[in-house]
Amino acid sequence: MAFTRTFMQLRPILAALGRHKVATLLIVLQVALTLAVASNALFIVATRIVHLSRPTGTDEARIFVIRNDWKSGQNAAQLDANIRADLVALRHVSGVRDAFSSEAFPLEGGGGIPVGLKLKSDQTTRPKLSLVYLADDHAIDTLGTLLVAGRNFRPDEITAIGPYDKMSAPVIIITRILANKLFPDGSALGRTVYLPDGPTTIIGILASLQGPYAGSTTRSIDEDSVLFPARYLDPEGVVYLVRTHSTSVKPAISAALKALHERGDERLIDPKEGVITLPQARERGYATDRSVSLLMSALCGLLLMATAGGIVGLSSFWVSQRRRQIGIRRSLGATAGDILRYFHAENFLIVSGGIVLGVVLAFLANLALMRIYELPRMPLYVPLLGALLLWLLGQLAVWGPARYAARVPPVVAIRSE
Amino acid sequence: MWGYYVTLALRSSLRSKALTALVIALLAFGVAACMVSYAVFRATTSDPIPAKSSRLYVPQIDNFGPSPYGDEPPDTLSYTDAIALWRARKASRQTLIFVTKWGVESDNRLIPAMSMSGDAVTADFFAMFDVPFRFGGGWTPNDDTEQATVAVISRRLNEKFFSGQNSVGHEIRLDGKIFRIIGVLDDWNPKPRFFDVSANGRLNAFDDVGDIYIPFTRAIDMKKASRYNNCPSYSTYSEGSGVSSWDKYLRSECVWIDAWVELATPADVERYREYLRNYAGEQQRIGRFSWPPNVRLRKLTDWLAHERVSPKASNLSMLVSASFLLIVLVNVVGLMLARFMRRAPEIGIRRALGASRAAIYRQFLVEGATIGLVGGLCGVVLTLLGLWGIGGFFEPTIARLVHADASLIVLTVLLAMAATVISALYPTWRAAQTQPAWQIKIN
Repeated sequence: MAFTRTFMQLRPILAALGRHKVATLLIVLQVALTLAVASNALFIVATRIVHLSRPTGTDEARIFVIRNDWKSGQNAAQLDANIRADLVALRHVSGVRDAFSSEAFPLEGGGGIPVGLKLKSDQTTRPKLSLVYLADDHAIDTLGTLLVAGRNFRPDEITAIGPYDKMSAPVIIITRILANKLFPDGSALGRTVYLPDGPTTIIGILASLQGPYAGSTTRSIDEDSVLFPARYLDPEGVVYLVRTHSTSVKPAISAALKALHERGDERLIDPKEGVITLPQARERGYATDRSVSLLMSALCGLLLMATAGGIVGLSSFWVSQRRRQIGIRRSLGATAGDILRYFHAENFLIVSGGIVLGVVLAFLANLALMRIYELPRMPLYVPLLGALLLWLLGQLAVWGPARYAARVPPVVAIRSE
Repeated sequence: MWGYYVTLALRSSLRSKALTALVIALLAFGVAACMVSYAVFRATTSDPIPAKSSRLYVPQIDNFGPSPYGDEPPDTLSYTDAIALWRARKASRQTLIFVTKWGVESDNRLIPAMSMSGDAVTADFFAMFDVPFRFGGGWTPNDDTEQATVAVISRRLNEKFFSGQNSVGHEIRLDGKIFRIIGVLDDWNPKPRFFDVSANGRLNAFDDVGDIYIPFTRAIDMKKASRYNNCPSYSTYSEGSGVSSWDKYLRSECVWIDAWVELATPADVERYREYLRNYAGEQQRIGRFSWPPNVRLRKLTDWLAHERVSPKASNLSMLVSASFLLIVLVNVVGLMLARFMRRAPEIGIRRALGASRAAIYRQFLVEGATIGLVGGLCGVVLTLLGLWGIGGFFEPTIARLVHADASLIVLTVLLAMAATVISALYPTWRAAQTQPAWQIKIN
């Protein structure tokens, strides 16, 4: 009933709008621009949030990292002995569950060794790029990731390599995602692949493990990680990843640092930057993504408020201009509800016009943005959600002026102003 | 007359308080969003060395070969190419740079050893980048060839180790090796840290500069490789790309050295570009490259744009804020239209009493400008608030660069006024079309 009465008003609404072409056009344009900008901005926010909440596949809350720089003058054998002794010391610190040494850590934002894996030794096509963590038999337990197939490294399989040594090892462990990329038929376990310097056998498959390039642009290989059984003999330094028993890692950190310092002073651990927990690394690694999403959300909020404000302003103006006409309609039998519905229907029509234009603009803007930033194509439901939001916003904004209009008494029809 | 128009504007504003307040609030928010974004944009895209930037160029040589990712040469040079360019001395000045990290100790036992970073550079570095010295100076090209154990340290390190005294001639140990201090820098912290931006990574482009500078050749002799190397193990298909010794590493096609040349005139630039092409052509002739010369020579500002140094968040917020302002303007046009049309009777009477169309134009444009001024002043307050809270949106390294100054405030007010006057143009035109007789008759 109410619907049909609203529908009956469409013709007079259109006629009335025809008399205010410019003002109508301005609201349409405003709604369209708002929809185009807001849906793109919110889409960027959504992709950022998805990006920055990706799990690393590790027990992040209980892991911290010590960046251990070496004082100079130590040869490879001394470095190796130091790392082994440090690891033993770290694993005996109270509160520490396990530890291993590597060259990089998850969420570091760089540092991992990129390595091409070939399926055949004489392969001439591009090898599959993946990211290596140097690791040992304690790595899986320290990271807290799950070995879904195969076995862990054995202690006797762990070697030591320097930064300029050949990358070769008899065995490696890879993530399930990398395994499926290399062998889509699921037969990766036990297969031979080729590192740059020789063949190796895949002996284990991890549930998941993110590479060290958290916030950067290597998105497509972020999950393609390899555990390589070696200690890293870089004369500059090494990183120790340590997993604690409890989530309050602070006591374990100071105990671990104390244990390392008691081991000897051939090391330099920066007092400020030397120790970082994975939650801290996450915050730092995704700082840019977080600031993008915060900014875009804030601007979107302002934008929607501005549009709502504009609708309120123009609707009030229209109501005040049409007081006389409203009075005439009321005295000819229109109810207050009819007047209310008239303005809501009018707003719905105008906003709909803006939405049609806005959806087109939104996709054009998305195409333009895709050229400048790495951004996926916007799915249709994003502007549709935006449209829903704007319809709602429009109805809410016009509610006040419409109620004011509905309260216009019939007597104004005969009263001259 | 102008004062009268302003009075009229204020009086009419008082009559429709809500509408006026709405216009002012919209303007203030729109302008403030734009100006806060602009302040960040300005800070992150500023020229780090305005006096010289037009003469500083980055040479690039493609030693990786064609790749499916496009034909852009690597950002840094291999040791082979870097040394060749440096030895050729085809520019008036040239420098090679890579980032190094050192264990630093002094004779003072009270000061614990610490890990500090800096750059290995060649002699021209200091003159090329106008690096200011507090004590002493840089080293000579001769020191470069002799791999001298000399070091230039930052003022900060000098404060820490020598309590700010002139330490030229003193010794410090870098990685256990004794270096003679030859110069102490004065405060120098270009933003962005442009000179080693490709090796250091664009995420670190707004970090402070390092504390230790030593001759490039000395650092090579000490095998201080840059940790930020990029080897073509996966972009070429050659066997045994893993580099197994330092000498092989130096001879490899791994790229890790930033190179800069100083070229004074466009003719010099053209000559140098020609030289790069010839060099790459020569490499092709001797069989090192199997592809035609692919070189670039980019000016500093182009280089920073190419490296996308300015943070994505800043560019995006600039874009969205500008759209926000545009939407606000459309909004303001509508509201101004409402405001002016409501005063049709007043216009009619003014016209009937002899006001010309031009007078109506003047009156309403002044009214627009007045509202714009008030909006702009409110915008200044919001901009300052926004800049005060900028740390909540941007990382500390970027937030600390952003500041308000007189030009920003003046610009805020001007932008608001210009925006309002432009949005008032159409409503004013409509107002000026008012037929005096018609308006007087119906009232």
